[in-house]
Order: sequence, then structure tokens, then C-alpha cells
Amino acid sequence: MVSLIGRTLVLLALGACAAGGVAGLVAGKTRSRQAWKFTIAMGLAFAVLMTLATGVMEYALIVHDFSVSYVAQVGSLSTPLTITIVSLWSSLEGSILFWGFVLAAATGVFAWSMRNRDPEHGSYALGVLLLIGAFFTFLAAGVANPFLPTPGMVPLDGPGPNALLQNHLLMIIHPPALYMGYVTMAVPFSMAASALLAGRLEANWMRSLRRWTLFSWSWLSLGLLLGGWWSYEVLGWGGYWAWDPVENAAFMPWLTATAFVHSSQVMERRGQFKGWTLTLGLASFLLTMLGTFMTRSGVFNSVHAFGEGPIGPIFLGFIAVCLVFSLLLLGLRLHHLDPKTKMAGLVSREAVFLLNNLLFVALTFTVLIGTLYPLIREAYDGARISVGEPYFNKMSLPVMVAILFFMGVGPALPWGDGNLNRAGKRLAVPLVVSGVVGATLFALGIRDFWPLATFVTAAFAGVTSLRELVEPAVNRAKQKGENLLVAWWQYASRSRAKVGAYTAHLGIVALAIGIAGSAGYKQVMDVTLTEGEPKEVLGYTLIFEGHETQQQPHRRSEVTWVRVYRGDRDLGRVDPRMNHYDTMAQPIGTPAVISAGPGYFGRLAPSEDLYLSLTRLSDDKRAVSVRVMTHPVIWWVWIGGIMLFGGGLLASWPGLVKLREKRRTKLKQKVDA
Amino acid sequence: MSSNTRTSRMFLVGALLVAGGGLAFVAMSDMGENLVYYWEPTQLMEAGDDAYGAQIRLAGLVQADTLNWDEPSQTVQLVVEDANQVSVPVIAHGAPPQMLREGIGVVVEGTYTQAGVFEADQLLVKHSNEYKAPEEGATAEELYQTLEQDFKTN
Repeated sequence: MVSLIGRTLVLLALGACAAGGVAGLVAGKTRSRQAWKFTIAMGLAFAVLMTLATGVMEYALIVHDFSVSYVAQVGSLSTPLTITIVSLWSSLEGSILFWGFVLAAATGVFAWSMRNRDPEHGSYALGVLLLIGAFFTFLAAGVANPFLPTPGMVPLDGPGPNALLQNHLLMIIHPPALYMGYVTMAVPFSMAASALLAGRLEANWMRSLRRWTLFSWSWLSLGLLLGGWWSYEVLGWGGYWAWDPVENAAFMPWLTATAFVHSSQVMERRGQFKGWTLTLGLASFLLTMLGTFMTRSGVFNSVHAFGEGPIGPIFLGFIAVCLVFSLLLLGLRLHHLDPKTKMAGLVSREAVFLLNNLLFVALTFTVLIGTLYPLIREAYDGARISVGEPYFNKMSLPVMVAILFFMGVGPALPWGDGNLNRAGKRLAVPLVVSGVVGATLFALGIRDFWPLATFVTAAFAGVTSLRELVEPAVNRAKQKGENLLVAWWQYASRSRAKVGAYTAHLGIVALAIGIAGSAGYKQVMDVTLTEGEPKEVLGYTLIFEGHETQQQPHRRSEVTWVRVYRGDRDLGRVDPRMNHYDTMAQPIGTPAVISAGPGYFGRLAPSEDLYLSLTRLSDDKRAVSVRVMTHPVIWWVWIGGIMLFGGGLLASWPGLVKLREKRRTKLKQKVDA
Repeated sequence: MSSNTRTSRMFLVGALLVAGGGLAFVAMSDMGENLVYYWEPTQLMEAGDDAYGAQIRLAGLVQADTLNWDEPSQTVQLVVEDANQVSVPVIAHGAPPQMLREGIGVVVEGTYTQAGVFEADQLLVKHSNEYKAPEEGATAEELYQTLEQDFKTN
């Protein structure tokens, strides 16, 4: 019954998407008011139907209705409720349904926000969006149908979701965050396509386009951050980034979207870079589709792959269609959007934006080549290889530091032609600060080239970004005689996009510091601890104090207790553990992580993490083998990532002032009437 | 469009092509040095001198009566062999995973030295991707398939 309702809802959603998609394109071409209304209705219907379908699936999961194939596949009576709820995205079919749901929700919001807008633009965009929706509902109704009835006897219990999913809170929020980023990228794609189809691109359309991209970008940032964080806290290999194909798959659209967010400002302010910007917008979506293909088709084996299925070739076909569509649009329609003004000189913000854009695109290509090369090579001569991390690190480090440098230069330059002298004056303070930082670090013994270069550049970019956040408030306080805090609040609420942007910039600075410190100065040592015997490791004293077996319904944990001292100071007892799941042969370790750097200022300060990962417990349980690692300043990575997310969302939200204006005009209309 | 903007656009496209080509060239030449090869003992032996120094993921089964863990030096010694009975002695650094035993499938990552020993800094025990009990006597191809993710998770 449940499976029948589910399938019906998905089929109805597919119908709504197909009908609305066609109607949208027709409405765009003919400017028929009626077709436009119909398209909006279908957009809203898509949202409602997919929400219902997802609700039905959640219901089936929660009541353990094993007659639904997906529930039989991932459900288990012994799984805790929260894990049962999130097992919606723990396997292929459910994740496609969830994907469709997020897309439907975004489509619904977009349709609603467009209801009073220009029918031509809106209907093309909504039409394209609904056609993308048609593809995903087609998958959910066909090859990846989660609602099929369980073949044969209905089982009394199921195996439960992938054990890795059951291990940490971050795993519950990482996938939805990444999905939000991936899926909502379809909106800017549709909007860019609509601009090309309509052959015009007005200021307010550009603004909405940039906002939607920023929104997706923020979630993509959060998704990437949480994935890395989870990997660090749970997987026990002691890192957050490994240039894994799947990580790269999410990183590439992030790079192009970042470039887009910048070049779109030039497009908005100066009417330039239209073709370039739209290309980036289209490419970002294509890259998210490539990423979905890579994670869902099983061509790469990773934590994310669900095994091979018929979905791969279908996805490749869809990507090919989207690519051809994008290229055709750009080739045939771009000349309608000629630039209005001449490019300003080299000393201008747009010149720096262009440079940074080129660097972002270059980085995207490097990552793309390294990610796809093993696939191409295997197809060519059957050799099984992978591209090692050193390639990615060597290729990307210089580009990243250069990006960081230009991120520091940009804010100091004006839009349009600037004056070299004045720019020099604006850059003097940041340059001096970064020089002092560099000299201090060098004196303290930090002399490796790339970490040092990163710290110095980060200091430079940090000062210019911080100045943009503080200086206007200080000026305002002086002019109006306001309290500094009040002045800052007034400034921030009036220039929310700017505050968001520079918060994100500071997030990048924090990320750069955290990455350079934790990657450049990490230490690793393998030790075996015997019960009761203290051992000196990497500046800490570790004592293995004992062991306990904890039995839970879905797993058995071997918990070991290790007391940690730094000098005489007792930093407490930590419990690295190994979890045995009934459904897996290999145990999964949960490392113990504590912040314990010199001085121990707490987690925010530039302290280091001590990271203990259990590899083996001896048969008599009296000795434990641990991989011990120290990661300096790693907390800056998490803080930086959160700042990216927060800053991006802040900038993407329609400003308070705008809302106030809207209310005022509405009120005026009422009065006039 | 004036011829002037057309020339400048041509120039821009040309510059981009040159830059892109340069980048691709650097990327390709750099990649060659940083490839990781997925081999089993037979392929390692066939590679001859090319095997020395290259980063290799070697897959096979732990030969009977060869497993030895030296706790003070934190090294594991074992011999990995494949279906063709070709075997390679391996020294892996770090503690052996809980599941490691003779006869089980493993993948080790490291380099092959002139001394004829494979020096590994990672040693992983094979298990199925679907999280089922590992099957003994799995082929190297299956080991690669299922172990890919563990190089990240360990």
C-alpha cells in the first residue's frame, strides 16, 4: 500500500515536471499569460508532491514497513530513531528521492518568488528547472525507484544502514548540507539559461542570479566543511581532505561558483563579463551533475559510492544533454548580451576579479584533469592507477596562495580606473602587517616555504578584509557621534551583502591558516601502550588505563581509556574506541581528539589537537596500539568553514533595507488605490 | 562589433589557449611522477626496474606462516602472494589491523626497494564493500574495488 502511494506520488511529480517544463518554454516563447500561470502551478505541485513522497518514505522507514524495498534494504529494528530517519539518504534509491525532494523544494520557492515577476524570464527559467526535475523524478520512478515492493517474502528485520553513517552526528547533517548546495545549483543554471534564451539580462535578474548562486555556494561550503570534519572526527586517518575523486567532485563546482559570485559583481556593476559569468554559472551546475555521476554511478569506489547500477550511463546521457544545451545556448545566443562598457585599466577591482577568476578556473581544470585521468587511462590501456595527493598539492598550492594574495589586493582597489598611488597607500598597512607577521614567524622557526608564504599572505588578506568590516563603522561613529557598536550595527544592517562577503573572506583567511598549519606541521607516530606504563609520545605522556566492552543493540564497542599528560598537567582521560557492527566484518575505529596545545587556551586559540586512533587491542586486552598525531591550529579550518557558510548566507539573503523599501512601495500602492 | 574589439577578443582567446595549454602540459608532466599503480605481485615482478621507487598499491593474500609483528619497532612482516603463486616480501610500518591474519586478502601501499622488499606505510585488510564477511581467496581486482575507500578511512 505504502509503496503504491509512493510510486503514484513520484509519477504525478514526474507528470507535473514534464508538463510544467514544456509549458514554461512555450510561455517564454509566446509570452502567454496562461501558460506562465500553469508553469507556476506545476512548479508548486512538484514541490508538494515530492514533499509528500518523501514524507511517505520517512513514514515507511519509521514504522519499519519492510514491504517497501528501500526499507528492507536499509532499515533495521535495532537502529536508533534518528539514524532511521536519516537513512533516507544512506543508499542510492533513497538519496535520489531526497535529491528530488530538495530540487522540488527549491523549485517551489523559485516559482513562488517568480509569481509576480517578468513572465518571459521567469517562465524560461522555471521551465528549464522543471525539466531537470523531470529527469530526477524519472530516475526515482524508474531505475532508482525506492518504492518498489520487496520481492518475495517480506522480511521481519533488515540489515540497517551503512555502519559509517551511524557513527557520528556530523554524518546526519553533512549530506543534507551538501545536497542543498549541489541541488540548488540547478536554479542559477536555469536562470542563466533563461537569460540566454530570452536574449537579455537585466540588473534585477542578475541580482537574483547572484543571490541564488551565493545561497547554493554557502551550502556547498558547509557540506564540504562537514564532510572534512566528519572524516577527521570519525574515520581515524587523521585528515580532512585527501583529494579523493568524490571530494574533488564537490570542490570543482565550489570553485566555479566562487568565481561566478565575483565575476557576476562586475557584470552587475559594469555590464561586463556577461558571457564569462553565464558560462561559469552553467558550468557550476554541470560540475555538480558530474559530481553526482561520480558519486552515484560507482565508477569511483569511495565512502560515497553505493555500487554500480544502471544509473551511470543514464546520468552520463543527461550530463551530455545539459552540456550540449549549454554550449548551444552560449554559441547561438550570447551575442545578444554584448558588453556595454570598455574594460577599465589594470588598477581596478574588476581587473583583480578577472585575474582571480582565471586562477579559479585554472584550479578547476587542474583538479578536473587529476580526477578524470585514471578513468581515461583505464579506458585507454586498462591500467589501474590513481593520481596521488602530491600532484594535487603541488599544482594547487601556488594557485591558492595567489588567490589569497589577490583577495587581499581587490578590496583596496576602486571599481573603474584607479590610481596607483592611492592603491599603494591603501595597501601599505596590510603589507607592513604581513611583513611583521612573516618576520615573527620566521624568527619563531617557521621557515618552510609554503606554510610561511601562506601565513604571510593570509595576514595580508586578513587585514584588508578586516578593515572593510571595521573602517566604515568607525567613520560613521565619528561622523554621527554614535557609539562604535551602534555604528557597526547600523553599518552592518545597511550593507549586509558587504559584511557577508568580508566575513566569508575572513573565513578563507582562517581556512588558509588552519590548512597550512595542520598540513605543514602535523606529526604522526605509531606506539603500543602496555596497561599502566606511561609512554612519552610527541610531547605528551600517555597511559593506557584499561578497557571496557560496551554492548549496544546495533554494535559492540571496545573502549580503551588513555590518560593524557602534558608535562605535569593532566589533560584528562580519552577513550579511542573500536566499533564492531553486526553487519560488517571489519571494525570501525572512533578516534579520540582533544585540544591540548601549548598554553591550552581552549579550542578557539591557536592550539593543537592531539589525535589518538586505535589500530589494535591485544588479545589479552593488556596492550593497545595507537596511531598518535598532533595537528596544530586545525580548529581554524572548522571556524573558517563556518564563516564561509554564515557570510555567504548573510550576503545571499535579501537585505533588510530592500524589504523595508518593498513594504513602503506596497503601502504607497495601497494609499494610491 | 567593431574590428577592434574582435581583434582584442581574438587576442584574449589566444592568450587563454596558450595559458590553458601550458597548464595542461605542466599538469600532465607533473602527474606522471605522482601516479599510484594498482598491481599484484605478478605485475610488480614483470615491471622489472620500473617498479623501484614508484608508488604502488600491492594486492594479494597473506602467505601462510609468514606473518610476524615486531612490537618494539612497530613493523609488520609478511609475504603477499597472488593467484599465480608469485610472492613479494613486505615490511609494513605501524601496528597490524585487528583483522589481519594469514590467508586473508590485503592491500599494502608503498614502494618496492632494490633489496627486493616492499616497504609499506599502509596495510589494509580486505573486506567487502557491502560490509559483509570477507571472502578468502578473493582476486586482486576485487580487493582493489573494495579497498579503495579504506585508504581514506585508515
